Amino acid sequence: MFRNVAELIELAESKNCKISEIMIQQEMDLTGRSREEVLGFMDRNLRVMEEAVMRGITEDVKSHSGLTGGDGKLLQTYIKSGKSLSGELMLDAVSKAMATNEVNAAMGTICATPTAGSAGVVPGTLFALKEKLNPTREQMIEYLFAAGAFGFVVANNASISGAAGGCQAEVGSATGMAAAAIVELAGGSPSQSAEAMAIALKNMLGLVCDPVAGLVEVPCVKRNAMGASNAIVAADMALAGIVSRIPCDEVIDAMYKIGLSMPSALRETALGGLAATPTGRELEAKIFGIPLNEK
Amino acid sequence: MKYKSVFDIIGPIMIGPSSSHTAGAARIGRVARSLFGRKPKYATISFYGSFAKTYRGHGTDVAIVGGILDYDTFDTRIVDALTIAKQEGIEVKMTAEDAITDHPNTARVIIGDDDDKIEVVGISIGGGKIEITELNGFELRLSGNHPALLIVHNDKYGAIAGVANILAKHEINIGHMEVSRKEKGKEALMVIEIDQNADEIIINELNSLPIVQQVVKIHD
Repeated sequence: MFRNVAELIELAESKNCKISEIMIQQEMDLTGRSREEVLGFMDRNLRVMEEAVMRGITEDVKSHSGLTGGDGKLLQTYIKSGKSLSGELMLDAVSKAMATNEVNAAMGTICATPTAGSAGVVPGTLFALKEKLNPTREQMIEYLFAAGAFGFVVANNASISGAAGGCQAEVGSATGMAAAAIVELAGGSPSQSAEAMAIALKNMLGLVCDPVAGLVEVPCVKRNAMGASNAIVAADMALAGIVSRIPCDEVIDAMYKIGLSMPSALRETALGGLAATPTGRELEAKIFGIPLNEK
Repeated sequence: MKYKSVFDIIGPIMIGPSSSHTAGAARIGRVARSLFGRKPKYATISFYGSFAKTYRGHGTDVAIVGGILDYDTFDTRIVDALTIAKQEGIEVKMTAEDAITDHPNTARVIIGDDDDKIEVVGISIGGGKIEITELNGFELRLSGNHPALLIVHNDKYGAIAGVANILAKHEINIGHMEVSRKEKGKEALMVIEIDQNADEIIINELNSLPIVQQVVKIHD
């Protein structure tokens, strides 16, 4: 069992296989299940992700609070206009990431990757890359195992909980996971995956969890949007041969320590940050009748 | 390591909006339900930390009651769980507490009926993963991810050996085990996570040990 990214990369290199393969093997060893069963479970998760993405970009999804919904679809229309500045692939990923989180906010069915609040980044990037790279179903499943391998390290060595480590632990982790998986899908090496994860996560450090009215909506949906774009840029940088001066495991450790020193007001309590802005408070009062803290 | 399976990271499939506050809460409720073993008549739920501040926005309230109704994280009935509980005659009380707990997402659940009640404290550690940290005043650590046996017994020599012998005889492997007691020589609790499911024969055999007071089984 690998305990950190360095061990994961070493395992993949010594066996001359992909990171996803190491994760698949470990799951088989852990559970005693066959390869088909393990891949089958992940295929089910992939199906749920695909349904959520499709729902979000085609239906008029709206959350109960009315704060979020419809932005993923709006972006799809904009892409079709041909006027986009940041490019089709990038915006498609952003749109599909938001679509997933909009479905989540509407209490729809999603697959946590690694959490529900950050569930958009990994599927968003995957279903955008699907259009460009035409992966097989098995490669798409492998994408999730590769992302899962890096998430596994973060979850065990740091945190994937916004209440414990802020948004850097949720969207930050998801962004790093996606960046690493993109590299593998695009044909990069295991160590390039680790570089992409490090570059992506470095740019998410310190991100606080400050949801307006305590809802997984504002700013969560748009943070998934930026996570998806960050992941693609980080993957491209790593594929170009750029390396992170701080090794991936040390970035993860830094994220953990930053989370520990983050005040509770900025860890999913809706007491600080955007939640405590005049507009944030106003929205909260409108949604619940009275502000949560005066209940 | 707290997270062992890749499906702890990519998963669970769930109803939104929060893996820790919705899916995790549903799982805490469901573990309480399986420990109690039947539909309760009442549920008293206390939320702490981030749970207390944001439970309404995250659907933590419907999710934990959904769990008490024995719903899984992806069961769409969770959305209407409070109404369903009322229809089924379960009296639900919910409070947001100010007390600071070790973990920011903590819930205390008391469920019971005319005959019995149990008190469970659960924490939601992220990504939908939970741990049970207290049962009827005993401190413990239970993930709810594996089949497990909870054995209330007299705090006396030979208790562990007696239980372990029976499990060994039936070729049941122990993955994790903990023993705790409130006071020396009084009541104690053994928590045993096992790799295989224990059938009725094994439960009966454990129950027949003079030192054992009660055996509760939790399925995978």
